[in-house]
Amino acid sequence: MELILAIAIGILTGSGVWLLLRPRSYQVIVGLCLLAYGVNLFIFAMGRLYVGAAPIMPKGGFVDPTAYADPLPQALVLTAIVISFATTALFLVVMIASRGITGTDHVDGKERSQ
Amino acid sequence: MVEQNLLLLLVLTPFISAALAATLPVGSRNAETWLAGLTMAVALGILAVLYPAVAEGGRIIGEFEWADSIGLDLTFRIDGFAWLFMVLVAGIGMLVILYARYYMGPDDPVPRLYSCLLAFAGSMAGLILSGNIIMLVVFWELTSLVSFLLIGYWFHRQDARDGARMALVVTASGGLCLLVAMVLIGQIVGSYQLDDVLKAGTKITAHPLYPVVLILFLLGAFTKSAQFPFHFWLPNAMAAPTPVSSYLHSATMVKAGVFLLLRFHPALGGTDAWFQIVTGIGLITLLLGAFVALFKHDLKGMLAYSTISHLGLITALAGIGTPLAVIAAVFHIVNHAVFKASLFMAAGIIDHEAGTRDMRRLSGLAKFMPITASLAIIASAAMAGVPLLNGFLSKEMFFDAAYTHHNGSLLDNAAPYIAVLAGAFSAAYSLRFIITVFFGPKATDLPHEPHEPHHLMRLPVGLLVAICLAVGIAPQVMLGPWLESAAIAILGPDLPYYSLKIWHGVNAPLIMSIIAMSLGVLIYLLPRRWIDAGEEGPALMRALNFGAMFDPALHLFTKRLPQAALRLLSAHGLQAQLRAMVLMGMAGAYFALGPLEWNVPMPEVNSRELVFALLWIVGGACAIGAAWQAKYHRFAALVLMGGAGMVTCATFVWLSAPDLAVTQLLVEIATTTLLLLGMRWLPKRDQEIPGDEKFSPRLRRFRDLLIAVFCGVGMTAISLAVLLTKPGNSVGDWFLRHSYVEGGGTNVVNVILVDFRAFDTFGEIAVLAIVGLTVYALLRRFRPAPESVERPRPQLEAEEQALESYLFVPAVIMQWMFAPIIALAAYLFFRGHDLPGGGFAAGVTFAIGLLLQYVAANVRWVEARLTILPVRWMGAGICIAAATGAGSWIFGMPFLTTHYQYLDIPMIGKVPASTAMLFDLGVFSLVVGAIVIMLIAIAHQSLRVAPRTRPSDAEEKE
Repeated sequence: MELILAIAIGILTGSGVWLLLRPRSYQVIVGLCLLAYGVNLFIFAMGRLYVGAAPIMPKGGFVDPTAYADPLPQALVLTAIVISFATTALFLVVMIASRGITGTDHVDGKERSQ
Repeated sequence: MVEQNLLLLLVLTPFISAALAATLPVGSRNAETWLAGLTMAVALGILAVLYPAVAEGGRIIGEFEWADSIGLDLTFRIDGFAWLFMVLVAGIGMLVILYARYYMGPDDPVPRLYSCLLAFAGSMAGLILSGNIIMLVVFWELTSLVSFLLIGYWFHRQDARDGARMALVVTASGGLCLLVAMVLIGQIVGSYQLDDVLKAGTKITAHPLYPVVLILFLLGAFTKSAQFPFHFWLPNAMAAPTPVSSYLHSATMVKAGVFLLLRFHPALGGTDAWFQIVTGIGLITLLLGAFVALFKHDLKGMLAYSTISHLGLITALAGIGTPLAVIAAVFHIVNHAVFKASLFMAAGIIDHEAGTRDMRRLSGLAKFMPITASLAIIASAAMAGVPLLNGFLSKEMFFDAAYTHHNGSLLDNAAPYIAVLAGAFSAAYSLRFIITVFFGPKATDLPHEPHEPHHLMRLPVGLLVAICLAVGIAPQVMLGPWLESAAIAILGPDLPYYSLKIWHGVNAPLIMSIIAMSLGVLIYLLPRRWIDAGEEGPALMRALNFGAMFDPALHLFTKRLPQAALRLLSAHGLQAQLRAMVLMGMAGAYFALGPLEWNVPMPEVNSRELVFALLWIVGGACAIGAAWQAKYHRFAALVLMGGAGMVTCATFVWLSAPDLAVTQLLVEIATTTLLLLGMRWLPKRDQEIPGDEKFSPRLRRFRDLLIAVFCGVGMTAISLAVLLTKPGNSVGDWFLRHSYVEGGGTNVVNVILVDFRAFDTFGEIAVLAIVGLTVYALLRRFRPAPESVERPRPQLEAEEQALESYLFVPAVIMQWMFAPIIALAAYLFFRGHDLPGGGFAAGVTFAIGLLLQYVAANVRWVEARLTILPVRWMGAGICIAAATGAGSWIFGMPFLTTHYQYLDIPMIGKVPASTAMLFDLGVFSLVVGAIVIMLIAIAHQSLRVAPRTRPSDAEEKE
């Protein structure tokens, strides 16, 4: 389980970083999304992996923390998901605005040869 | 305690009134005048109440707790000197406000003017009354800012914008120097309280850093008080409306510099360096200002240079620093404020009624407006220093100080001569003003036929001139006790003997005065024609135009040098920057984690995890595929990316994070829609980019691939290392234990978000709102690339077949789904506190529900039936969240403390009810608004670019 998730994080991050370094803005957007998956999973994994132990408490009574998944990374990741959506939206708009103004979808607003 | 509170009120009232004034309707000139005038009257009333406590060396110190935990208090103090200055600010403020009522044109937006004037009065009060030297600098900069707004009041004029910018750059940079000086002083003294600083004079002057402190301090004071070589901003600030010039740029704000010099004289003064620099600069400014003023044809320009000159006089007195000089300085601050404010107002009246301020065109105005003319003549006589007027007395005291002070230096020996010469020029320009403007033949080519102004517009001038006369004739009765209290506040209780009288017998100052006066008359009368008709100032002065040097200097420092630095230091292009960032991140991770022990045991993979492995084989393939295809096959890449997202989502389900799974799934839908909408604006990529297969791009790609692989491997290693170690004690345990007991919810993730760490969530949703608005704002001016304007081919074909029939069945289903989706959103919302769900998830669901309607029918159809105001959703959301948070203050709890209980509702059963739920409602509303505004803003672009002409519409027209 751990190994698989670790490799998955690696693949997502690697694909994300590769796209991040590409010249076309659409590639960068997709790259940021993939990177966001990787990073979200990474933060989530910091709480260790639990199967079938969602952090839903009984109403009252004794609580054994070891029986539940760590809720803190989950809370962090939850907001991170929403914020990464917001940044994707923002970047997308900057991208199409820049495309409208400069006539190219290169991240620098001009083709390399020019 | 009453007095302390009054002190606080003195600073706060103008700001509160400023906020009120800003909200009044544009045309409400009378209401504004009453509001502002009453505010000033309140201030004067408070000052009258406080006077007994500050007279004869008393002072009041009010300390108000502000941020106690970091030792920040608001300290205000008032003594005789501050009191006198406050009377100037409030008194002249009141007159200026009355004057502005009649000065401003019917088209000018007066709320902005009055609001700024009031804010200025508040900042000035804060500056004068600050008992903490850092706070003082804050108010100091605030006056610069408000001054900027006021100079730029007529922002459609280029000169107003330039003047405002110049004034801000000069005075605010001076303020920064002052801040550093204050920090150094605070460090040397060990306290930032003004009283401690004033007592520690010997400690500061003996400190090795004293020269640095002094220079920085003086830079602050000199820039504010327009001393040479920083004087150039003041004439350019004359682009402000005349009430502003009269209030800020002659009577009060520019005096802040000399106020500071006198205030800090006990702490920093008394040394030779102080004398040389302050007196030297003061005398240069005095002479230069008076000299240039003589050649100015613009009335306000002349008055501006005269102000510079008089500020130089006060600075020189502060530099001399003997008790008599300090008393003279305080006296002249008051006198100058009174006569110069009245002169500015008179100049404004002339401008207002005659339509020009050019002295070459104005002539014989005494016949048109006799009363205003007599008032202005008396005021300018006071400016020239004619006996029986207040200007005469303080000038005599200045001559006396310059004459009697001796320390043997060159500057000291030159001082009396410079003083007399400057006095002569001062008499000359005053004379020129009187003769050219009011006497001579009646001007015939003026833009308006001049006449007397409204009597209420003249009233402030009349009052100020009356004060000039009264002080000039009976100084001891009028100002004696106030001046004494102010002097005691600066110098301490042992004042030397001085007397405020008109006639001291024939002595040196009187002879100097007589010489200056007669010389002044000669200076003007002899080359009169040449001055009146000539260019503004002799060739030397035009060459030494600091104002003209300002713009190239600004260009150099804010454009050329930064650009050079950018060329030297920055990576070129986004790719290089991102690459540098990624490499730095990798290097950081390597150096931080490399030295640790990495004895990670190799984990076993057992058969139960086979499904999970299969899942991630798909996920990994999707991710790599997306990376591969994103360049030429955008749609495929989007689908593949969605695949990776789905696998991530499944992972969350598998690994006990239902909340994350729900949110991820919903956000996935929104992201995909968003990207689909955006893709339409990108260039077609159906052929290869030229040069893409050459050697160097291949090499670049190989290098990036290497970086990416290293990143991936590194992340795998780090994750594995963490995952295979036993966790220590987590903060999460505390949340698990206390979630139900203290938060009243069983879903710990949701309780963390809306209760324990609600303030963080508040920040998050604020970010979301900002992004939503930014998207909206960016797209308002969006212009697509020409080739994207054309409607996409599939859409055109679809329209030919009529969209309605093409998507008929799905559209009906989507419309039916509207209510169930809203119900689902409500369900997710209400169960959020106890079960997976919550505001974020519900908000995204609701937004998707709305979005589906847009997909199902065309935009116009939807918007004819649904009123969607995303900005209001967002506004409501953030207000609800903030109000819920602030509500706990009422009960004396910190921000965002929650209260909860379970309500028993018939039929439904026990329902959790907590204030956290209200907060979650805010989150919900904001998320709905933000997502809808982003998606709709992008979707609307198609409408704006290509107005829909449906075949059916076209047929109907035919």
